[in-house]
Amino acid sequence: MAKYLAKRIFYLILTLFIVITVTFFLMKLLPGTPLTNQAKLSKSQIALIYKQYGLDKPVWQQYVLYLAGAVRGNFGTSFQFSDQPVSYLISSRIEPSLQIGLQAIIVGVIVGIIIGSFGAMKQNTWADTSATIVSILGISIPSFVLAVLLQYYLGLKAGWFPIAEWGGFSYTVLPTLALAFTPLAESARFVRTEMVDVLSSDYIELAKAKGLSRMGVIYHHALRNSLIPLITIVGPLAVNIMTGSMVVENIFSIPGIGEQFVKSVLTNDYPTIMGLTIVYSFMLCVVLLVTDILYGIVDPRIRITGKAN
Amino acid sequence: MDNEKDILEVRNLQVNFKTYAGDVKAIRNVSFDLRKGETLAIVGESGSGKSVTTRTIMGLNATNADIVNGSIMYKGEDLLKKSEKDMEAIRGQDIAEIFQDPMTSLDPTMKIGRQIAEPLMVHKGMKKEKALAQALEMMKLVGITDAENRINDYPHQFSGGMRQRIVIAIALVNYPEILIADEPTTALDVTIQAQILNLMKELQDKISTSIIFITHDLGVVAGMADRVAVMYAGKIVEYGTVDEIFYNPKHPYTWGLLSSMPTLDTKGDELPSIPGTPPDLLDPPVGDAFAARNQYALKIDTQQEPPFFKVSDTHYAATWLLHPDAPKVTPPDQIVARQKKYAEMQAALKQQQAANTVPVEEEEEQQ
Repeated sequence: MAKYLAKRIFYLILTLFIVITVTFFLMKLLPGTPLTNQAKLSKSQIALIYKQYGLDKPVWQQYVLYLAGAVRGNFGTSFQFSDQPVSYLISSRIEPSLQIGLQAIIVGVIVGIIIGSFGAMKQNTWADTSATIVSILGISIPSFVLAVLLQYYLGLKAGWFPIAEWGGFSYTVLPTLALAFTPLAESARFVRTEMVDVLSSDYIELAKAKGLSRMGVIYHHALRNSLIPLITIVGPLAVNIMTGSMVVENIFSIPGIGEQFVKSVLTNDYPTIMGLTIVYSFMLCVVLLVTDILYGIVDPRIRITGKAN
Repeated sequence: MDNEKDILEVRNLQVNFKTYAGDVKAIRNVSFDLRKGETLAIVGESGSGKSVTTRTIMGLNATNADIVNGSIMYKGEDLLKKSEKDMEAIRGQDIAEIFQDPMTSLDPTMKIGRQIAEPLMVHKGMKKEKALAQALEMMKLVGITDAENRINDYPHQFSGGMRQRIVIAIALVNYPEILIADEPTTALDVTIQAQILNLMKELQDKISTSIIFITHDLGVVAGMADRVAVMYAGKIVEYGTVDEIFYNPKHPYTWGLLSSMPTLDTKGDELPSIPGTPPDLLDPPVGDAFAARNQYALKIDTQQEPPFFKVSDTHYAATWLLHPDAPKVTPPDQIVARQKKYAEMQAALKQQQAANTVPVEEEEEQQ
């Protein structure tokens, strides 16, 4: 296991290195410069600023300098927010995104599993049909439409939750619900398909022949086997949501990370783009590693063992 | 028939499957008894209704199955009238089942010890530790070597034969009165087949359970069964003791089955086969369902269904050929040879009985 982990961490670092390299050069290919929108600056002023940020050097030198900094944990300072370090910028805004994302993924996946299992157990009945409808709606309705509907009905009309503020837990409920719908739909669809398969398998027949009750069969045998493929989609889905759905963050005025990503791309804020990309890919890599380890725990057939034989 | 000895009585069972095309008449009026301690083999080709019969006994039919008629009496109660809850209490406790494919019939994500212990926990309300201890005993009984260390292994760590032993352990852990074995050796290598069959026989003596043995392999039947019922197109067409069915078959379908089974005496280049395919049970033919494939078919076979004709006290066959007015036909050579052998066996038996003033029946009548 330790050997496996070490190998995976090595690959993680390698992946990050490749991501940094590709992003760095792609970013330089973007049209415009960080000062494109600053028409009032004179040529000499621009040159001065370039020199200050090291943008006058050849691209490969900038790349080496960036890499050297990144290894030491220095990700540079943001162009657009008056010299704030990128690491501070991200760390101060990632927490709300993480919180809402985590809540959304937990609520979404759990409810999705319940809906999906229910649909599979009552295959081809009204319950199954409504479960399918829920998952189709969840996949096709964009979260921002849902966000606005939630704001209007649960926030404005019913007055149960604040609409667009950031404070305690109650402020997170509506954005969580808006974001939870996608993982809910995805996992419901996945679990249903998988469980229909599992329920028609021989070992379920054997479990019934043992005299297990309907719920016993589902709980002890069907559920675990149906959830295995779900793990593969939940990981990346979680990263996607946690790194922020900027539209939803905008709608609910959440000081999150997603909004910042878009802004930094629009203004060619190189260090912030790089920083956020690294954070995003790091999270994805970690989630994939955790997914693989979880996979082994849930499915003994692919368990990683240290001992031979 | 001796009701005292019967543990299971299936009477006039009729099962249809509802499909978009109409009702498939999978079981068409099947009756049989299972005696205490015996092994009853139900033989027939794919789609003859063997598995549906056992599934109906277990109450595990697909949701589109419709039990039109019949009764399955077990301990004086009709299993078909029992609630789902009552059937749960019977399954795995009084009636257990072994399935065809050991590679897929174990839960891949559960330790095998736990899988064997499960029926104990469900039916006897045992705590996990105690149930696992008993599961370990069961593993030893079915011949899993190094059971102590293997109890925490998962199914994928076992070979096919070992897995079938585990499935047998699961089925027998509660010492059920009836064991239904649905083609338990079909998916196994021939060498492993013999081991599993021997194990089942050995355990049958130890646990004194009655076995319904479903198979399409007559070779397996000869060594396993006490009595044989031959099924065709959702009906039993002939039943009798294993000797009667193998050496004195009366139904042309049984002739066909036996002739198409290669034996050491089989000569020639070509193995005989039964021409044609089984009838469509959406719309079963009038008269004898086998008539269309039967070279000995009489005119009446296409008009009227044959009743069971008695051959001996234990041997019945549903074919018009046994009617007193039917023309005499000569069965295939192989069957004639078998019947000759049977006559010799009977003669030898009689001679021996006559020679002995005190008949040693216990040894002779192992039927």
